[in-house]
Amino acid sequence: MSVKVKLPTIMRKHAGGNPSVEADGANLSALLDDLEAKHPGITKNIRSEDGGLHRFINIYVNDEDVRYLGSLDAEIKEGDVISILPAVAGG
Amino acid sequence: MTEFSQEDVVRYARHIILPGIGGDGQKKLLAAKVLVIGAGGLGSPVAMYLAAAGVGKIGLLDFDDVDLTNLQRQIMHRTQDVGRPKVESGLDSLRAINPSIEVVGYNTLLSAENAAGIIEPWDLVIDGTDNFPVRYLVNDTCQWLGKPLVYGSIYQWEGQNSVFLPGKGNPCYRCLIPEPPPPGVVPSCAEGGVFGVLPGIVGSIQATEAIKYILGEGDLLSGRLLHFDAMGMEFREVKIRWDPACPVNGENPTITEPIDYDMFCGITPPATVRAAEAVR
Repeated sequence: MSVKVKLPTIMRKHAGGNPSVEADGANLSALLDDLEAKHPGITKNIRSEDGGLHRFINIYVNDEDVRYLGSLDAEIKEGDVISILPAVAGG
Repeated sequence: MTEFSQEDVVRYARHIILPGIGGDGQKKLLAAKVLVIGAGGLGSPVAMYLAAAGVGKIGLLDFDDVDLTNLQRQIMHRTQDVGRPKVESGLDSLRAINPSIEVVGYNTLLSAENAAGIIEPWDLVIDGTDNFPVRYLVNDTCQWLGKPLVYGSIYQWEGQNSVFLPGKGNPCYRCLIPEPPPPGVVPSCAEGGVFGVLPGIVGSIQATEAIKYILGEGDLLSGRLLHFDAMGMEFREVKIRWDPACPVNGENPTITEPIDYDMFCGITPPATVRAAEAVR
C-alpha cells in the first residue's frame, strides 16, 4: 500500500524537486523509514536523534496532526494523504 | 458610535452597500484599533488594506530601515524611502491611502520589556514578524492580555495563515509549534529567498481575517492552519488543536511572563536582528 506524501519546498531537493512522493508503511514510523530508504536524507530534520519527531515540523494524516493520532504509531490507511509542514517564520 | 462624515459615506460606499458589512459594520471598522507588528512583506499589504478599509486606528511597529532588497515585496515602501525608518515610510503610505484614520508608529524592536505595554491598548494584533523569537513573544503576550492574534508566515513559495484567539480551549502559536527550530535548521528568507507576491497573498488573508473579526462575521481560521503553495497554486487546510499541555494557554501554564528572547535561541540580539533584517 502506498500513499501520497506532500513535501514542503525545503525537502523537495531530496526527492528530485518533486512536490510529492509515494511511500509505504502501515504507520508513520514505517512510512518515514520507507521515505528515507527511497530518498536518503529526506527525514533528517523530521526525526530527532533519539528517533522521535521534532516538535518544529508538523506531520498531518489528511487534516489531523499526528501528535493526536499516536505520533510515530499513527495508523496510515490506503488513500490517506500525508502532509509535512515545517515551521516557517518569514514575514 | 462613530458617525460618518460626508466623505466617509462616499469613501466606504462599496462596503456600506455590501451584505456582511453595511453601515454598522463600517462603523465597527472605524472604531477598531489594530496593531501591525512588522512593516515588511506581510505588514505592507495588511496595513495598507486595513487603512483603505477604514480601520480607525492602526499601529505599525518595526525597528528597521528600508533596504533596497525589501522593495521586491514590501509594497508599502518606495525606492525613495530606502534608508528611512520603515515605520516613517509605512505611515506615509497609510496616510496617503486614507488621511481620515489615525496612524501610530513604534520605531522599536519588540522585547520582553516593552511587549505588554505596546500591545495592551490595541483590540487586535497582526503578526507580520520574520523570526521565531518575536513570534513566540507576540503570541504569549497576546494570550496573557486576551488579544486576538492574526498569524501569517512565509518562506520561499509557501505561506501559512491562522487566527489565534485568546483563552483556554483556543489553539495558539505554541499549540501549533511547541518549540522553535534550533538556529540554522530552518533557513531564513535571506538565505532561501522569497517569492515577492507571496506576502501579498498571505498578508491579504490576514487583513481579511482581521476585518472579519472586527465585524464579528464569517468563520475565522481559528483552529485551522491554511497552507498555501504558490508554485502548485494549492491551498490546504489542517487542524490546529488546543494543547492542554501548552505552556502558555494550557491547563497548567508554565510560562507566565515574557521570555527574554535574545536568550531564547542562544543568539545574541544584534545577530538576531541583523540576520532578520534582510528577510523583511
